[in-house]
Amino acid sequence: MSALALRFVGMKAVLRREFRGYFSSPLGYIFIVIFLIASGYLMVSRDFGRFLEMREANLDALFSYVPWIFVVLVPAVAMRLWAEERRSGTVELLLTLPITLEGSYLGKFLAGWAFLSVSVFLTWPAVFQVARLGDPDWGAVFSSYVASLLTAAVLLAIGLLFSALSRNQVVAFILAVAASVGFLLIGVPQTQEFVGKWFGGYVERVVSSLSLLDHFETLTRGLLQLNSLLFFALFTVGWLICGMLVLSRTKTN
Amino acid sequence: MSETDYPSGGEGEVLVAVDNLTKHYGPIRAVDGISFEVRRGDVLGFLGPNGAGKTTAMKMITGFLEPDAGTVSVAGLDVARERLAVSRRIGYLPENAPAYGEMSVEAFLGFIAEVRELESPEDRIDSVIEVTHLRRVRGQTIETLSKGFKRRVGLAQALIHDPDVLILDEPTDGLDPNQKKVVQDLILSLSSNRCIVLSTHILDEAERVCNRAVILSEGRILVDSTPDDLVARAPGHNAVRFRVVDEDVAGIVEELSGAAWCAAARVLPNGEVEVEPRSGENRLNDVLATVGERRVADVRVREGRLDELFREVTKGVAA
Repeated sequence: MSALALRFVGMKAVLRREFRGYFSSPLGYIFIVIFLIASGYLMVSRDFGRFLEMREANLDALFSYVPWIFVVLVPAVAMRLWAEERRSGTVELLLTLPITLEGSYLGKFLAGWAFLSVSVFLTWPAVFQVARLGDPDWGAVFSSYVASLLTAAVLLAIGLLFSALSRNQVVAFILAVAASVGFLLIGVPQTQEFVGKWFGGYVERVVSSLSLLDHFETLTRGLLQLNSLLFFALFTVGWLICGMLVLSRTKTN
Repeated sequence: MSETDYPSGGEGEVLVAVDNLTKHYGPIRAVDGISFEVRRGDVLGFLGPNGAGKTTAMKMITGFLEPDAGTVSVAGLDVARERLAVSRRIGYLPENAPAYGEMSVEAFLGFIAEVRELESPEDRIDSVIEVTHLRRVRGQTIETLSKGFKRRVGLAQALIHDPDVLILDEPTDGLDPNQKKVVQDLILSLSSNRCIVLSTHILDEAERVCNRAVILSEGRILVDSTPDDLVARAPGHNAVRFRVVDEDVAGIVEELSGAAWCAAARVLPNGEVEVEPRSGENRLNDVLATVGERRVADVRVREGRLDELFREVTKGVAA
């Protein structure tokens, strides 16, 4: 086995157990239903997406609200993953099996991500409708799904960090929502204006390059830009590594 | 340390070797430089009051906790450097037998078998379900099971890969007497071809299942011996008790107290006489010779009790 594979021993078994876990309790189904109702409502609502009023064959009305829905729902998917292991003591069982900390951490992340992907792809009836009614830009549809999955990944990595930090699921959830909202707010124009006014244009540019919303929008427009893809990849990996470091310190408390 | 410094019931190879193991939690020394060896065939009981460091020591043996100093090796492998290889040789039942409550017994064991990459997982699952008497509940969700069943599920997962080393943290804690007996019998039946380290604060249990007993207090080993030896060292071991019928009790006690072999002779609150020999030897014949023709009844020799020794050795340290 290669050195890299050795680091992630046990990942597959953890991934399968956790993924099945979402569907063995009502939580998973409740999550999917809430996600679909929320995204559907925001898409067609006259106050938000105005999908019906726009009379255009695109899915901007659906995707532009996905990050805001995820800010609340992704922490709900993540909160259980470590907090529950620590509360019930199974973390001791898990980490004395032939599983590395990295393997179990990544296995849980991938399970959550796979579950979120299932939820995102269950929006297919919207794509189906748009295709029936007009001629959508398939590139943009594809890249919007990519953007949604990448957003899910980075927010999940944040949620997992807080789940490793607290053995109480509710605390993990609240902290993760707060951190995710903060992460998203970096990208709103008001924040950038404020930063520009006080710290000057250079800092403003740095802050705006850290804006999840801007990168998300770039991708949903159909531009699979490398720096946007790198933004999501780096932040996801960064939060994952932070989470692993936190877990290696908190696992015994 | 030479090998002879460690008492051992088994003659097999050394499977667990702990050397100068130390762990602090802030200013508290949870485990303070303990050393011992356990061989194949041994059942070592960790005895000690709550907070003595039993659980911390076990967490370090399994590699869950890193020691501040000292080493642990399992089957010749250094736990700090080869945790994965060690975890394949160890079956571990953590305190309170944690398990994924939402899973069925069978699914849970299936997960463990998958993680352990067993060759014929179905056979192994069937086999441990049989050994731990879980057949009746194999399809049931773990959170709906009684404590006794949950404990056996924990034992089943620890046994699924037929490990050489079993580490059991309070395997019978919180069980009713019947459940305790079932689990103790199970441990006894497992002990022949492996080494088992278990912690308990029930001294009868140590006497029943262990061939080696280590008394731990405030992170240090106070006694490392066999349960039989501990019983012999217990205060009051081989004390002779009898009832005096229509005779001068005080006179008898005085005569016995004068004997060279007698540590103490006294009248108990219930009217019986108790004679405690020096050095714990059986002095029944000497007692009877001293009593001579006088009428006594209900003569019996008392065995030492582990809890009395336990109280004595932990007296100075435990609050």
